[in-house]
Amino acid sequence: MKILVTIKQVPDTATQVKIAADGKTIDPTGITWIVSPYDEFAVEEALRIKEKRGQGEVVAVSLGPDRVKEALRSCLAMGCDRAIHLNDPAWAAADTLVTARALAKVIEQESAQLVLCGRQAIDDDMGAVTAQLAELLGWPCAYWIMEETIDADAKSVRAARQVEGGLEVFDLPLPAVLAAQKGLNEPRYPTLKGIMGAKKKEIKDLKASDLGGAVEPPQLSVVGLQALPPRPPGRIIQGDVPTAVKELVRSLREDAKAI
Amino acid sequence: MPGAFWCIVEDDRNGSPKKVMAEVIGEAARLAPGRVEAVWLTDKASEAGLKQLGEWGAARVLLLENAAFAPYRSEVWVASAAELAGKESPQAILAPVTSRQREFVARLAARLGVGLAADSVGFALEGDKLVATRPVYAGKLLSKVTWAKAPWVATLRPNVFRPAASQPGKTASVERPTVTAAGALMKFVERREEVSTGLPELTEAETVISGGRGMKGPENYVILEDLGRVIGAAVGASRAAVDAGWRPHRFQIGQTGRTISPKLYLGFGVSGAIQHLAGMRTSKVIVAINKDPEAPIFKIADYGIVADLFEVVPELTKEFKKLLEK
Repeated sequence: MKILVTIKQVPDTATQVKIAADGKTIDPTGITWIVSPYDEFAVEEALRIKEKRGQGEVVAVSLGPDRVKEALRSCLAMGCDRAIHLNDPAWAAADTLVTARALAKVIEQESAQLVLCGRQAIDDDMGAVTAQLAELLGWPCAYWIMEETIDADAKSVRAARQVEGGLEVFDLPLPAVLAAQKGLNEPRYPTLKGIMGAKKKEIKDLKASDLGGAVEPPQLSVVGLQALPPRPPGRIIQGDVPTAVKELVRSLREDAKAI
Repeated sequence: MPGAFWCIVEDDRNGSPKKVMAEVIGEAARLAPGRVEAVWLTDKASEAGLKQLGEWGAARVLLLENAAFAPYRSEVWVASAAELAGKESPQAILAPVTSRQREFVARLAARLGVGLAADSVGFALEGDKLVATRPVYAGKLLSKVTWAKAPWVATLRPNVFRPAASQPGKTASVERPTVTAAGALMKFVERREEVSTGLPELTEAETVISGGRGMKGPENYVILEDLGRVIGAAVGASRAAVDAGWRPHRFQIGQTGRTISPKLYLGFGVSGAIQHLAGMRTSKVIVAINKDPEAPIFKIADYGIVADLFEVVPELTKEFKKLLEK
C-alpha cells in the first residue's frame, strides 16, 4: 500500500525568533530548522506499517521554499522511499486551506491509500491541515491517534484517538487520513546507512502548474506579528520554608486573588 | 442585519454544555451583542443544558439532535453543520479548543471555503473585519490574523476569555432545524476510559499543579495529588517527567502535550524549558518552586520560592487546607 506523509519544516523550539522587517513573518537569519516533532511520529508510523506488511511505499511530502529539501532529506534518511517538494512562490502566503488543496492534489495524483500527518506543526500550531485534507478528499479522518492497526487486506484501519477522559476507537475505511499524537511511537534516529542512502533517493519538485495551475488566494492572512507583552516582574519569597509558604498563600489569596 | 455569531456547543456527552461554553458565549456577546446563537450537535440535550445556554446569554439555540452525532465523527457533523450554515449564513463560528472541536471546525472551514484561526486568545473588531490574536512559535510571538470572508471560523483557548455570567430567568428560543445526518464513514468500536484521578481535566482546570524532573520519581506525584485535592487542581507534568516514564503522556504540559491557561499554575521542580513554557505561559498567575535559583521558570514566575519541593509541598497543603477550611 502507498502511504503519504505530510511534513512541515519549522524553527527548532529552542531557536530565537525575530520579527522580519515586513512585520508579518519571521527573520530567517540564524534559525535552526527541524521537521516538526509530530510529523516525525507520522513518518515513524508509516515506516512501521510498511515494515509490518513487508511491502508498500512511503512518500514524504512538504510545501515550502528551497530549505525544505533538508527536512525531506531527513525523512528519506529515516527510511521514506521518496519525497515530493511543493516549491513555488505562488504558495508563499499559503494558509491551511491553500496548503491542504495543494497536498490533496498530490494525494490524488499519487493514489495514496493512507495519509499520515502530525497533530499540528509547532510553528503556527494551527492543527488544521489533516481535517481539511480529509474534507477535500471526502475521506474519514481521526485526530490525535495513539495507536492504529491496518486490517490484513488493507481495506480499513482501526485507530484510537485521544479525547478528554479517554480513547475512542473507530474503524475507518481506507483511504483515510490520520493525525499522529505524541505517544503513538518513538521515532527512530536515521542510521549512517540511511543518511548515505537518502542522498540517492528522489526528491521531486512540483510547481503550482504541475497541480492544475492557479492557486486560490488565502482565506486567512497574517496582519502582523508582535512580541509578547512582558510579564510584570516576579517576586522571590525569602525566608525559611514555613514562613515563605505562609507568605505565598497569603499573597495568592489577598494580592493575586488566585485561590 | 449582519449574521449571527455561532457558538458550537462542547458538551459533557451527557446532555449538558461544558463550563467553557460560558467563555465562548461571553466573548461572542462582547463582539456581537444580541446576535449570539448556540449550535448544538448531540444525541441528547437535557432541558437543564438548554436552560443553561439561555442563562449564559445565547439568544437562540439551534439544536441538532440525532443519534448519529454521538460519538463525534467529523464527516457527519460537518455535513449537517454546513447544511445549516448554508441556510443561516452566520457571520462567525466559534468553538472552544477541545480535541474534537479542533478537528471539526477545521473540516467545516474547508467545506465552507473560509479561513480558520485556531487556539485564539483574543479578538477585536476593526471596521468590518475581525482580527484574532494567536500565540505562535512556541508562544514566543503573537500573530494577528484576519479573514478574507465570512463566516469567520475560530477556536478559543479555554480559561482566557471572560465567562458570561449566568443570568437566572434569561431564556433562549430553542429551535430544532431539520438537517440530514448521514454520510457516516467511520464505525465506532469502543471507548476506553482513563483511570480517573478524581481531579479536574488539565485543559479545563482553573488551577494546575505541574511536577517536573525535580519530582525524582513516579511515586512522588501522590503528594501533588494530595495538594490537588485540597485546592481542586489538575496535576500535570513536564516533558522530562513524561519522557522518563513517570507520568502518562496525557498529563504532559507543553509543546508536545497539552496547552493550558489556568488562573493559577504551580510548578514544582519544573525547570521551565521553552517547550514547557509554550504550553503554560498564558497562565494568569505563575508560581515556581525549585531548588535551583537559576531555573528559567523564575523569569516568568509571579511568585517563586527557592527551596526543596519535598519540604514545600506538605507545608503548602497544610496552609491551603487551613485557609480553605476558614
